[in-house]
Amino acid sequence: MNAVDSLFFIRSEIFLAAVIFVVLILDFFIQQKRWLGWLSVLSILIAFFLSPSFYPDSGLFFNYYTLDPFGFFFKTIAYLTIGLTLLASLAYEKIPQKQAGEFYVLLLTMALLLTFMGGATNLLMIFLTIESVSLTSYLLTGFQKFDKRSSEASLKYVLFGAVSSAVMLFGMSLLFGASGTIELSQIGELLKSSASIPQNVLTQTGGANTHGMILMGMLFLMAGIGFKISMVPFHMWAPDVYQGAPTPVTAFLTVAPKALGVAVMARVLFFAFPDLVHKWAFLMTWISIATMTIGNVIAISQSDIKRLLAYSSIAQAGYILAGLATPGELGLQATLIYIAAYLLTNLGAFFTVIAIERNLESNELEAYNGLSVRNPLLALVLTIFLLSLAGIPPLAGFIGKIYIFSSAIKAHSIPLALSIALNSAVAAYYYFNVVKAMYLAPPKVKEPLTNPFPIKLAIGTMLFGTFLIGLWPSLIIQAVVKSLANFPIF
Amino acid sequence: MSIPLNHLLIFTSLLFLTGLYGALTRRNAVGILIAIEIMLNAVNINFVAFTSSLKNTSPELGQVFAIFVIVLAATTAAVGLAIVVAIYRNQKTIYTDEIDLLKW
Repeated sequence: MNAVDSLFFIRSEIFLAAVIFVVLILDFFIQQKRWLGWLSVLSILIAFFLSPSFYPDSGLFFNYYTLDPFGFFFKTIAYLTIGLTLLASLAYEKIPQKQAGEFYVLLLTMALLLTFMGGATNLLMIFLTIESVSLTSYLLTGFQKFDKRSSEASLKYVLFGAVSSAVMLFGMSLLFGASGTIELSQIGELLKSSASIPQNVLTQTGGANTHGMILMGMLFLMAGIGFKISMVPFHMWAPDVYQGAPTPVTAFLTVAPKALGVAVMARVLFFAFPDLVHKWAFLMTWISIATMTIGNVIAISQSDIKRLLAYSSIAQAGYILAGLATPGELGLQATLIYIAAYLLTNLGAFFTVIAIERNLESNELEAYNGLSVRNPLLALVLTIFLLSLAGIPPLAGFIGKIYIFSSAIKAHSIPLALSIALNSAVAAYYYFNVVKAMYLAPPKVKEPLTNPFPIKLAIGTMLFGTFLIGLWPSLIIQAVVKSLANFPIF
Repeated sequence: MSIPLNHLLIFTSLLFLTGLYGALTRRNAVGILIAIEIMLNAVNINFVAFTSSLKNTSPELGQVFAIFVIVLAATTAAVGLAIVVAIYRNQKTIYTDEIDLLKW
């Protein structure tokens, strides 16, 4: 489809791009920055309802942007995360008032970039979107620029991130050299058609090594995307960045880039390498086991709640990858359902942490002692989110866990199933540690905690979603089945 | 007589590994950023080399990709240096082993 016809289908993105500039200009004139925040939330909502109700037959912009139900699912996730993060950051005073307008603009830009990331089906778009999402995340991480921890976190993020995107690019260049194309689906067809094709593709290498080149390219590409998902062994940056970043940014970083990274990973694996499925499924199984185990085991010894949730989110990434490790319809459904459940619970947990942090000025676990006396409702809500993360019925996390577990069983992947079961038990231990501090330890001071309306709204939405998915799972299951309708599953 | 592709690939692999070694061993944050630029240049040469030796594809594809890589390398360097300046203001050092507030 040519560029002019494509414009109709990306009207919500065009609207969002326009709003970004409007907010940037209004930032000069409006002193009460919270109105800009409300405007941004509203425009995310409008942009979501502007998205087209039907899908084009071919890719937009000469196949450089794919609009399909799969992409729409992840667009919904991106918008939901950004909208609620905007709400939560309205109540977060540590972002300097002077720069608040720019903060909202960066978050809106992020929503735009994440949408494009969900629709990327060729190497150039994957590179461009991943790289620009990363650049925006580096800036958001270092947003409290006079805070030592914030700038240290962003330095670590930028160095790790740049190296990993260089590695990913090297893999892309190898794939391009071996196949002569940057379309994922064409790479897949080339691999499928037979091993003799690559010999004509390259004039000089003689074709003998192209299989090796494709394997190397796949591994390098997976490493680069894996960095965004924080899968082991590319998880080193995650705890530091999540602890140092401003808390609303942490909430956002643990969910949206991770979910979209999984989307890109799924597209790469299923579009470009369906023939190497045995190789990457085996690799993914052990990566997934390592990710959940390392995340959970290190989380036990953490004393800072943000760092604890950071390691927990690494472990959750392991569960999400388990769906890709058992390729097939059920595996992909499990991945998407788990992502939706994880979005609701993890964002909810982080928003509750924001609500507590702005009162206590601390994220140490000791500061949570006796929270149930000081604000019973907040303690109860955090308990519910932690229970959902641990996978206790009737909450959203339980539905995700069931799907992941059954897809591991169905694929006869016994090590994976065992590891999920054992890890759930380990995870429950450190989640309950937080609950224990809130309910059983005596409080030092008794003054109650109060919070403004936006953060209450954000937490309330997440709580509603957690119960909704937990009690009526058919809602999310139907949505996921619909969004996988056109997805090529072998 | 053009340069054989094999030679170019060996060269870019060595260049990439040089950059990776630099990124892993340098203490100075600016040094690491420069090492990353070396890695990206290896990628660029790869793309251009492949484009000139591929039969069945349009010649612009790899070259345009290389230009995109150059552009994004510049933005990464800009963002990276801005962050290095911020960290220098806060901690008065850009040696990565002395920046250790966040650990375990």
